[in-house]
Amino acid sequence: MKLLDFLKGERKKSASVAKERLQIIVAHQRSQRDQPDYMPMLERELLEVIRRYVEVDQDAINISLDSEDNCSILELNVTLPNRS
Amino acid sequence: MAKIIVVTSGKGGVGKTTSAAAIATGLALRGNKTVVIDFDVGLRNLDLIMGCERRVVYDLVNVIQGEAGLNQALIRDKRTENLHILPASQTRDKDALTMEGVERVLDSLSEEYDYIVCDSPAGIERGAQLAMYYADEAIVVTNPEVSSVRDSDRILGLLASKTRRAEQNMDPVRERLLITRYDPNRVDTGDMLNLEDIQEILAIKLVGLIPESEAVLRASNQGVPVTHDQQSDAGQAYADTVSRLMGEEIPLRFHQAQKRGFLSRVFGGGRR
Repeated sequence: MKLLDFLKGERKKSASVAKERLQIIVAHQRSQRDQPDYMPMLERELLEVIRRYVEVDQDAINISLDSEDNCSILELNVTLPNRS
Repeated sequence: MAKIIVVTSGKGGVGKTTSAAAIATGLALRGNKTVVIDFDVGLRNLDLIMGCERRVVYDLVNVIQGEAGLNQALIRDKRTENLHILPASQTRDKDALTMEGVERVLDSLSEEYDYIVCDSPAGIERGAQLAMYYADEAIVVTNPEVSSVRDSDRILGLLASKTRRAEQNMDPVRERLLITRYDPNRVDTGDMLNLEDIQEILAIKLVGLIPESEAVLRASNQGVPVTHDQQSDAGQAYADTVSRLMGEEIPLRFHQAQKRGFLSRVFGGGRR
């Protein structure tokens, strides 16, 4: 069967494409699950401020909140474009 | 003390009401005093699936607002002993349900019944959150399809944070997966997510698997929960689900494609 599929040049089965897409989106959803409600807003506003000074893409910012013992760490990563 | 079970999903049209009706009926047939509550204010449909739409006089909102007593609103199921239905309101706005009101109703039902099954509305808004808030167990109804699986994961997030058990640091709501509209033939051809994949993605325990079945539409046409159709695959699959809810360990059925005979393969045909 596998050989036959190969000979026919069969594409990847649609169910396995579905599974891969779901694994990515669900992992993303779960990473946001424990975040406080203000995080999307904070992310948006930070991006606005940065954009006043540097031209960066919408997805160039990555923000996360981690808790360790009794302190929380807000981590902010911004990829700046190459200096030309 | 009744066990409160919410039937929920996030996405609409996956079989919440069908499942709530079938499971409540199954629980009652097994001798449990059971009440099933429609939380879909404005779009009530459980009455239709249970076949009691012409006997609705008062509803959940009437009871909460003190316009009717609980016993006036509860409808006794004609076919099944031990089973009552509490319909949703058809007309009023969604804000008619209050947290305190729902708690009061559940508290008084809790004294009389073994199981309270809450049929949640679709979505993740107030109605859905109220339906799940007081739950001990959640049945997350999921179709083998991307949007349904994704929405189920969102609902799992709410169950873990926006319920009484979560807010009061009690044992978490017990989450169980119910896969509906499963078509083993399409799984075999690689065009439908299989049950292992869905379980792996959502990471919760499977409580039942309902195959795509002609019996479900036939049952809703007639207003007879599909559990009564014990000749059908779906009816038997719901009965199995009820057994597992009651703590029995029974093997999964209807998850493998029927082997088709030589003639039916050559000539096609046969029911799919």
